[in-house]
Parts: sequence; structure tokens; C-alpha cells
Amino acid sequence: MAKNLVEVNNVKKYFPIHKGLLNRVVGNVKAVDDVSLTIREGETFGLVGESGCGKSTLGRVILRLQSATEGSVKINGRDVHSLSNRDLNKMREEMQIIFQDPFGSLNPRFLVKDVIGEPLKIHTKMSAKEIDERVVELMKMVGLDPTRRNRYPHEFSGGQRQRIGIARAIALKPKFIVADEAVSALDVSVQSQVINLLMRLQKEMGLTFLFIAHGLNVVRHISDRVGVMYLGKMVEVGETESLYASPLHPYTAALLSAIPLPSPTKKRNRIVLQGDVPSPANPPSGCRFHTRCPFAQEKCSQVEPKLVEVLPGREVACHFPIGVEGGSDLSKLQ
Amino acid sequence: MAEKLLEVRNLTTGFLTEKGFVKATDRISINIEKGKTLCLVGESGSGKSVTSLSIMRLIDYAGGVILEGNINFKGQDLAAKKQEELKEIRGNQISMIFQDPMSALNPVFTVGEQIAESLRLHQNKNKDEAWKEAVELLRMVGIPSPEIRAKQYPNQLSGGMCQRVVIAIALAAKPELLIADEPTTALDVTVQAQILELLQDLKEKLGTSILLITHDMGVAAEMADHIAVMYAGAIVEQGTVEEIFANPSHPYTVGLLQSIPGFEGERGGELYTIKGTIPGLGNLPQGCRFNPRCPHVMDKCRQVEPGDIQIGAEHKTKCWLYEDQAKVAAAGKGEHIHG
Repeated sequence: MAKNLVEVNNVKKYFPIHKGLLNRVVGNVKAVDDVSLTIREGETFGLVGESGCGKSTLGRVILRLQSATEGSVKINGRDVHSLSNRDLNKMREEMQIIFQDPFGSLNPRFLVKDVIGEPLKIHTKMSAKEIDERVVELMKMVGLDPTRRNRYPHEFSGGQRQRIGIARAIALKPKFIVADEAVSALDVSVQSQVINLLMRLQKEMGLTFLFIAHGLNVVRHISDRVGVMYLGKMVEVGETESLYASPLHPYTAALLSAIPLPSPTKKRNRIVLQGDVPSPANPPSGCRFHTRCPFAQEKCSQVEPKLVEVLPGREVACHFPIGVEGGSDLSKLQ
Repeated sequence: MAEKLLEVRNLTTGFLTEKGFVKATDRISINIEKGKTLCLVGESGSGKSVTSLSIMRLIDYAGGVILEGNINFKGQDLAAKKQEELKEIRGNQISMIFQDPMSALNPVFTVGEQIAESLRLHQNKNKDEAWKEAVELLRMVGIPSPEIRAKQYPNQLSGGMCQRVVIAIALAAKPELLIADEPTTALDVTVQAQILELLQDLKEKLGTSILLITHDMGVAAEMADHIAVMYAGAIVEQGTVEEIFANPSHPYTVGLLQSIPGFEGERGGELYTIKGTIPGLGNLPQGCRFNPRCPHVMDKCRQVEPGDIQIGAEHKTKCWLYEDQAKVAAAGKGEHIHG
């Protein structure tokens, strides 16, 4: 088995809520609350969940774009959050990010060659000519026409801009890339082009991805393993195929059943969750999902379940996981 | 065939730009039957929203002009009416739900007041009656403890709840046609499931026809009776939901369906892609507008734009590949090839 490239241990990220005349801290928004995960070298780890569940914050904390409140993140054996600024800068060559919004993430006053070449300028001692050659090479790699490198981002379409973002991210030949909703803003026909590109680059460069998305079918296609988050907690982690075929956590089951299938003849037995996601500033006691869970029992509102391995390669944080002895039974819902 | 509620014929809407007139929709023809749902499917920039705004004649306020065509709604041509006359119809017989529920509501009025306003304007209810009915409407769209919620402001409600409020306002006047422009795109999947279920319920209960605009083939498969696929301003294929999914015929529809990663079967392989990008509406290619991206392109496609070719009972496609099929069908005196 491949070694673990990324190890996230008990990471917490709280955002303080200030209130009143003295700006006292009256509470915390617990965006990420005690999450651990490992990503193996060369694999794609998909992270899914609804908006506000903390998946983007986790991605940013892993890259130390935001500091963690507690916990540690090790990438390639080094603790990212205890590095000095200088070492961190060096480390950034190995870890990069692709952002969601191809319109907001590129500086509109930079030429495309400067957008892609900027990391080379900062991190390497390449001459202007070498940088230009590398930019041409990178643009070819991501399927852009290199003769257009002297243009501004606004002259490119959404899909092409996302390719520019990808070229920038791979410029320094990183090991690990966080793709934060990298294809969510794109139309279906463009989305499939970008997914193919990401998968091809992964093969060619041996990249490791943390793929954050809410499009569950995209995550299934691209990921080797998937983690499901709910209100700042990791509720289920597993191999993609078995997780999609037989989800253990009732939330995963509901999430999967909620997606409309592109076929009028296949209908799912849908688990429609009641209500909305509670506020992360004031999460429910016990299991955070118990307020919306169709299988909730008394224990769920009192004791918080830990993420444990219940089947080989399958971890779940639920007292009564689906399809496990003594657990919840989906067929009782209908 | 069921009774037609809305019949749009050759609707062409344009915008005046620096580069001259740009047609955002090109000879759109659609029918909506009573109590049925038509889904308008397409990618961004394909002209879905312009079509819906044109039907409501709200396009006048967005700087667009209806150049051609008529919009027959219960025997009246909406395209020929004055804005003053349209006030009778808008909100009363046709209403609309927008994509972003947060910005569709007025932040300085409580949600109850906003629903009651619609009732007072369109149904001449007095204040007390309107308020009572507003609370009832909130109950109908599935908002818990509606008496309390009616007195709250939009910022106190979640996105899903706001969308329910918007639906309640749209349904206040019991319209015959509801136009929903990407009503669930801004919402999470579990909330989307709730809203879709609500729309389906209301359609059955009230017999409202729905024009649903979406980019999500999954949503279309679930909600639609009929589907019209739009590409670069034109409807390239339309038919019943079964026909479109079982037997997609236009290469664009086929490509669109194949590009979606599935939930079953093989994963990790290369996804099907439609090469290239959507052309700008200002510089459409000659001939078929899909020809530069089409895997089956022929000489004819580069020169002449195809019209609607009937390939099934209600199934039409704009593609030269089916020209011969249509001739065969015509020779068989209206016998359909399938369906």
C-alpha cells in the first residue's frame, strides 16, 4: 500500500463570534470540529457535504491558508502548522490549490503568462526566458493555446480560466493539490473536459488530490476514497465504490438519495430530510445529525459517536450505522 | 392531446449591442399543456432565461426586444400586449420563481407581509384576510409554525425556507402557469429534494402548469413531462421526457447526457466530452449552430441550418442526420417511426 502523504490529526477550526461594546468573544462558529483523515500518495480523496459543513475550511487549514485552532497537519512527514514562515514558503512548492471561481481567482490586471509564471518567479531562480518557455509548456499541458499568453483573463471563457488556474497550480510540480470545487461552476460539457484534464495530469505527474465538491457524481468518478462531512464533523469515510453502493451513515444515504438521476425510468427511494442544517455556532448535542436523522434514538442526542472502522476500509461516526448488525434498517422507512 | 395553456411560436428576442443586434433566442416554439411540466434544459448562455423573461414580457425591462413571434396564453397574444395590460396577467395567471431566493425577497418587510401584498394586489383581499391566507400559504408550502415565521424577516430564514416563501408568493394568486427559473440551483441537494417534492405536490394538488428552467438533466428527468433542449439560442430537440432520455437524437443532447458522470458502473475512465465551447451569440457559425462541435458533421451542416424534423409522435430535432427518416415517415403517411 502507498504511504500516507497527508495526515490530518484532530484538526479544529473555530471562528470566534464577537459581540457588544467591548467586542467580547461570546461563542465560536465551529467550522471544523475535531477532524482526522489521511490521504495516501497518488490517490484522490473526495470530500463532500452541503454548504457550511466546513469542507472548504478544512481544505484551507490543511494548506495553512488558515491557521488551525487545534490539531496538526502533516504533509510528507512535516507538520505544516509548526513550520517557520521561511520553511512554509518552501513547503508551498509542494502543495497548491485550485479555486472554485474561475472569475474571482485570477488577477484581472495580470496577463495570463504572468498569472501562470508568478509561482515560478517567486519560488525559482529561472530567467525570464526560461519562465516563458515553461509557461508555454504548461499551457500546452492543460490544453490552452500558448499564443494567447499575452492576453488578460477576461478574454477567456470559464472553462479556459479554470485551465489557467490549473496551470498555475501545477507550475511548480507540486505533490499535493487541493481542488476546492474546481469544476462546480462549470457547465456539464466543459466540466467533463476539466475532469479529464485533472485525471490525466494526476497520472502524468503522480499528483495527490484532495477533491472538494458538492457534485456527488463527479466525486464518485474521480475519487478513490470519499469523506462525508456534516456540520464540521467527518461522519463517514470509505472506498468510493462501497460507500456509494451501501452507505453506512444515514446522512450519507440521504445525501445520495437526494440527487436526481438523469433518467426518468430509474427512481430512487428517496429519504427526504426534514428541516435545515443547524447552525455551526450552536450545534446539537450528541450526534450532530440527530435532529434530522430518520433513525435517531435517545442515545443519539446524548452521546457523540466517534469515527470508527466498522467494516474493512469503512469508517463511520454513527451509533446505529445502516446495514450493520444492531444498526438502522433502510427498508423500515418506506 | 391535452389542452394547450401556452403556445409560443417563433419567438425571437434580441438585444441591441455595440456590435449590432444579437439574437438571444432564435425562433423558439414550445407548448405547455394544462397541468404538465415543460423543462427547458441547456447550458449557461443558451437563452433559457431570456425565453422565460420574454414569456413574462419582463424582457422589456432587461433591455431586450421581441423581434418576432407570438406568445399565445389562453387565446391572448402576450407579445402584442401593452405593459399596462400585462399587469392583469402577471402574478395573477402567470407567476415566476427566480434562482436566488434571498435576493428575490424584500429584506425590509416580513415574509408574511410580502405574501399578503400579493394577495391584496391581485385578489383585492383586505388586510386581515390577506394575512390569514398568507399564513395558510406558508403552511401549504411546508413551513413549520407558520404563524411565527410569517412575522420574521427573510434574513431570519434559511435559503430553503426563503425559496418556499417565494413559491408561496408565486402561488398566492393561484396562477395557471408557474415559471421557475433554476429554482433549486442555489440550494443544497437535500434541500433541493424538498423543494422539488413540494413543486411536484403543488402541481398535482392545484393543477398548475410549470415551465421549469434547469441545467441539470437529473432535475429535468425527475420533474418533466416534456423537455426542450436549448443550444446557443435555439431549441435543438424537444419531446416527451421518455423520448429524450430513451432516444436522444440531436448530437448535442447525446453529448450532454454522455458527459454526466454516472452513479453506477465504471468510474475513473475518461469522460465523454463535447469538444470546443459554446459559440458567442454574436458570431454563430453558418449552417447548423452546433456544427463546429458535432462529431457527425457533414457538408450540408456547414451550409444550411436544419429546421425541425419530426422523428416521433411528439419528438422533434434540428439535425440533418434525421432528414431521411423524416422522408420515410412522410411516405408512410404520418406513421411514426417509433413511439
